[in-house]
Amino acid sequence: MKRVLAMLRNHAVPVTFLLVSLALCIASRQSASFLTGEILNRLVRNSFTTLSLLIPVLAGLGLNFGIVIGAMAGQMAIVTVVHWNLTGFSALGTAWILALPIAVIFGWLVGCLFNRAKGREMVTGLIAGFFSNGLYQLLFLFLVGSLIPFSNPDLILPQGFGLRNTVNLKSMEYSLDDVASVSWMAGKGMEVRLAGKVVRKPEAPAADPDNPFAALRAMSASFSPPIKLPLATAGIIVLLCVGIRRLLRTKLGQDMRAVGQDMHIAAVAGIPVDQVRMVAVILSTVLAAWGQIIYLQNMGTLNTYSSHEQIGMFAVASLLVGGATVSRATVWQALMGTLMFHTLFVTSPLAGKHLMGDPQIGEYFRVFIAYGVIAVALALHAWGGGKKSSD
Amino acid sequence: MTAVLEMRGIGKEYYGNRVLRGIDLEVGAGEVVCLVGENGAGKSTLMNILFGMPVILETGGFEGTVKIGGEDVRIQSPQQAMELGVGMVHQEFMLVPGFSVVENIKLNREVTRSNLISTILEGISSFGSRLRSLDEATMLADAQAALDRVGLDVDPLDLVGELPVGHKQFIEIAREVDRSRARLLVFDEPSAVLAETEADRLLTTMKQLAADGIGILFITHRLDEVLEIADRVVVLRDGEQVCTMQRQETDASKIAELMVGRKVEARSLPARKFPVQDEDRILTVRDLRVSMPGESVSGLDLNVRRGEILGVGGLAGYGKLGLSNGLAGLFAATGEVAKDGQPFPLHNPLEAMKRGMAFVSEDRRGVGLLLDESIELNMGLPWIHCQKRFLKSWIPGLGLLDGSSLSKHARQMIERFDIRCVGSEQPVRRLSGGNQQKVCIAKAITGDPDLLLVNEPTRGVDVGAKQRILDELVALNRKQRMTVVLTSSELAELRSVCDRVAIVSRGRVSKILAPDAPDVEFGLAMAG
Repeated sequence: MKRVLAMLRNHAVPVTFLLVSLALCIASRQSASFLTGEILNRLVRNSFTTLSLLIPVLAGLGLNFGIVIGAMAGQMAIVTVVHWNLTGFSALGTAWILALPIAVIFGWLVGCLFNRAKGREMVTGLIAGFFSNGLYQLLFLFLVGSLIPFSNPDLILPQGFGLRNTVNLKSMEYSLDDVASVSWMAGKGMEVRLAGKVVRKPEAPAADPDNPFAALRAMSASFSPPIKLPLATAGIIVLLCVGIRRLLRTKLGQDMRAVGQDMHIAAVAGIPVDQVRMVAVILSTVLAAWGQIIYLQNMGTLNTYSSHEQIGMFAVASLLVGGATVSRATVWQALMGTLMFHTLFVTSPLAGKHLMGDPQIGEYFRVFIAYGVIAVALALHAWGGGKKSSD
Repeated sequence: MTAVLEMRGIGKEYYGNRVLRGIDLEVGAGEVVCLVGENGAGKSTLMNILFGMPVILETGGFEGTVKIGGEDVRIQSPQQAMELGVGMVHQEFMLVPGFSVVENIKLNREVTRSNLISTILEGISSFGSRLRSLDEATMLADAQAALDRVGLDVDPLDLVGELPVGHKQFIEIAREVDRSRARLLVFDEPSAVLAETEADRLLTTMKQLAADGIGILFITHRLDEVLEIADRVVVLRDGEQVCTMQRQETDASKIAELMVGRKVEARSLPARKFPVQDEDRILTVRDLRVSMPGESVSGLDLNVRRGEILGVGGLAGYGKLGLSNGLAGLFAATGEVAKDGQPFPLHNPLEAMKRGMAFVSEDRRGVGLLLDESIELNMGLPWIHCQKRFLKSWIPGLGLLDGSSLSKHARQMIERFDIRCVGSEQPVRRLSGGNQQKVCIAKAITGDPDLLLVNEPTRGVDVGAKQRILDELVALNRKQRMTVVLTSSELAELRSVCDRVAIVSRGRVSKILAPDAPDVEFGLAMAG
């Protein structure tokens, strides 16, 4: 009993949010299959971006709000790929390859900035994100099509320059997810896709006039959407998790942890502190760019001027909900956090609608959760940090 | 016996200021050499030279030769010193608290083996080697061997942050021992933070290491330790090597005398109009504890007689600065303090000033002055706040600054202290160190205190200004009957102007001596 209590105390943040998510799941009055499908989809869609935050946390840079800049790199690559009329997995692969050099350069710039703002990386990253959003808008709203020769009626606004507000990504939608995916459809069974092709079709239930439930089941099946598990994307996320854990057990990973613990001591021991921090930021930016591409292939549309904006905030909130702090984070915290944060995200407007009779309340609650989580977690950290220094 | 370290004719000047002259130091394999000397005797400069610290190179290098293992070397960086097998056990711990014992011992010297990715990347750039996997089993075995060698029984996988202070010291030593070519270990006052039993263990460990053939250079203030462990003792004083003795030739009082020994300048002090009486105490301090980092006071008792100049001396880090900082309210403090027989509040600088206590901080530029403000404002500011002086009186409660009265006062002070400046409105940042110090003292006495606490008034001050400052303190004492508590690292200075000198050691007053007491007594009192 004592051990259970101690464990609860040690994991107060994730336990609290787990309880809140469960309560909201019940209050939202949705079917289990709807919630499972929705949450699973979001988990797979967003985990990669959340995981991109881990390395800077371990290297002592705190939560890297600068991943917004990585997301921009990903979107630049996607726009280019769409312009080249690539489709399917080749579009996705090209986007990943294109995003790499852009994200490395952006990461290097952010790293230079962070190395001059040691100890204030989080607020610096946040502002750098806003600033580069301005540059991004300048690029895509004015320069593309005017200074930069670019003509593609599908992408450019009728005025002849500037990118359209939304870019249709149907050509590459699910291009990664459907490399291998399994969908379960209520009452019909499984649908399996491999390399984008349907390998196993779900069977419609045979009409059985003797069974009064069969008709009912068929009816319910037509209402509930399929629960889809994109195995390929999930596999890549698992690969990333393993990769991050392996990285931490290398010399570079050990240097990162040492720098994260105490920059001064690491420097005295001869570890190139600035270089290690730079590598951490570049890795994080590149992963964020790739994560954004994964996210967008699942969404199927790119909101040119807003898809990247909240990526940083949501990834940070996810990680914090999972029980991570600005100085400690694990792969599990990232995954559990993403799961819970998106559960809250899905269920809170619905729960609000049912509890208060007003979906707007739920919408408020959603915003409150997203930003409140960050505020509370940072306040708790500052509190703990203050205690440590006065000891 | 071969010498692992040989330093010959080492000298060093900082900006024309000679801090070391003709030092010869030799440490043989398996020998323990103790280096003793007061603060400022040149020990740390000597070690900086040995480790090739940047501060030495940036200030024009040094004179003399250094040989390690019989070979002439020019050490350019601490890294190079480590490669040559010279290790340093730091006074403050260089350990990562969130790392395990193994990880700390192997910090930046991890054992690695290549993996697929590192092999591929190593073909492209040298960065690939950074992606080698850690060989945790070998690291653990190495660390265990090092721990066994220093005789520390601890689980190598425990986090260092959760270990007691004493263990940390031994982990530092284990780390130095683990360097495969460690030939010379420097211990810089390692026992200062250790409890008695741990200090004993440390000495045992050092003896064992010496028996293994490692040369040991031991810097300490504890004379009993010196006598227990040293094969030879080297005494430094004022940057010169006073003598090198075999242990058999010496004893504690001899070392103490050599450490301190300098002629006290005979200075004729003006006679007192008001006699100092033992019973008339301006300040009584009982069980004072001040938590000032690096200078903490733990249970100090002291009486200050009205009208005297009381000197406070002692080694750096032993709490002499904590006393006045604590009384002035700059750091959290507990204890019973009474001024003029009335209880005196602690950790409350404003109240301290209202009760007639003024304080001159040793941190002139950080605490003492607002560097970008004028001389006059620096002098007046505390008292504008505390005593409502230099304010225009025609609108009560409004508190408008009366610039002309402030300037007038500042000009008087400038004349009185001979402050070299272009005018009372000059920012203090542009004054020389000595003149800044004079502003600090002028500021303190602007409020007409009856008790003046002065810390290190002559630190970083040229000789002329030094004399002026001391003379002025004596004059304040004699003419205005101001009680002065003068804290200084320079014992000679204390002995030249004070009525009594209290020596603070390990947070307590170890002894109160007359200024003309023999050198031996001062030395012993300082060593505790």
